[in-house]
Formats: sequence, C-alpha cells, structure tokens
Amino acid sequence: MKIDTQKESSFYIIAIDGDLDASSSIVLDTAIMEAIGRDEKAILFDCNALSYISSAGLGVFMSYLNEFEQQQIYSALYSLNPKVKNVFEILGLDQLIQIYADKQEAISRFNAAEL
Amino acid sequence: MQISKRLFPVLMQQSYKTYCQRNNLKHIRAFVEKTLANTTLSDIEINQIVLAVDEICANLIIHSQKGNPKAEMEIIIECLPEEIIFQIIDFDASFFDFSAYKEPTITGIKKEGRKGGMGLLLVNSIMDEVEVVHRHNTNTWYLTKKIGLATT
Repeated sequence: MKIDTQKESSFYIIAIDGDLDASSSIVLDTAIMEAIGRDEKAILFDCNALSYISSAGLGVFMSYLNEFEQQQIYSALYSLNPKVKNVFEILGLDQLIQIYADKQEAISRFNAAEL
Repeated sequence: MQISKRLFPVLMQQSYKTYCQRNNLKHIRAFVEKTLANTTLSDIEINQIVLAVDEICANLIIHSQKGNPKAEMEIIIECLPEEIIFQIIDFDASFFDFSAYKEPTITGIKKEGRKGGMGLLLVNSIMDEVEVVHRHNTNTWYLTKKIGLATT
C-alpha cells in the first residue's frame, strides 16, 4: 500500500493506494498523526485507488474520530469503490464517518459547514 | 455438526498452507478470491467472505502465533450445494475459548478510540456460523456461509 499526501487550498489530502490491512494500516496511522501534528483542520482521504480494507484499516479511522471532534478537524473519505464502501456499511461505520461520492462533494460539505 | 455436513457432496475443495506472516495475508486473500470466482456469488459477497477469512488469519498471526514467522496455518475451502465451509487451521495453538468472547459495541470502540475489536464483529456479521474446535494443540476455525447454488 502507498500513501501520498498533498496540500490543496485549505485541504490536506491523503491518497491511499492499494490494500489497507493488518500489514499496512500503520502507514495510514502515521500519515494521520503527521497531519494532526501539522495542525491541519480539514483532512480528506482520497480512496479512489483503495482496493481493499480490513478491520485494521477501519480501526485506524475509528481511533481518530474523537480526536477529530475534539480538535474540530473536518475529515471525510471520498471515491470509495463499492466493495470498500460496503465494508464500512457492514458495521454501520458509514453513519459515523463522513463518506462522499467524490472530492467535490467532500469539499462542498466542508464549505457548507463553514458558512 | 461439521461431520454431518460431510454427508453432502463436496462440489469443490481447495486448500492453501502458508506461514503466519502479515505479508502473507494478501496471498491468502488472493487464494480465497480465486476459489470463489467459480461460484455465483457477487463481487461484494466475495469481498465480504475474503474479509472474514482475512480477519481470522490476521488474528492468528497477531494474537495466537504472536508474529512467529515459522508458525503455519492452513485454509481449506469446501463448496457444498447450499453452503461454503472455510476451515482455518492454527497449528500448535493454545485453547481459544470462543464462548467467552464478548462482542464490543461500535459505540464503545469509538469512545475508547480503539484500533482493534472489529475483526470478529465483521466475521460474525458476514458468516452464518462461526465456531472453533480445539484438538491436539490445534485450533480449527469453521466459518460457514449459506448460499444458493455454490458453483457455476
């Protein structure tokens, strides 16, 4: 799995490429810690190339939800393929984590919340 | 219960043996996906089943064998007319009391900021039956998924 990060306007984009499982989830964990350390306030996860996710990957996202709320960090995932999105839905995590169809929608929701 | 299932014809059986190493999880997933490609299951259903097997194997690697790279595990897939049975064999393993397992809640996991705890929740949600048999220092996980016609 590969992680690419990019700053785009107010947004810190973490692009995930490959399988997010028990052998690779630490890489995403580190990327999120770095984003928080940079005091980023809007973190977007580009999941267009995310081919697979297991509970280890879900766990990374879940473990930061409280911190995101406490530090008022906006976070959202976008461009999930149907199989990956379904994994979030199995346990109802799609109700706790903001998931959008594409980057534009994720940005629009952030902008709407800022108004 | 598992023995009685052998009374039904096995339409297909495949097995895969590998070492308990995290890097092998992708190979295990590829084996399960390839085996299920011959069934009428949808891509989403296949991914769910691959996920369930992956979760058990990851647990064995991390918790049961504690990263011992020389430990081995075996996955056996049997397609029967109305169900698929996955056996995941954890050799040289101590007794795992599955009956003592208490499912965490998603609310609790979020509140505690836990990274773990969702693996078996997923497995129990995806599979119709989950059981563990301990015999001769070996834990065998039986995961059963009920389906329509198993093979095309």
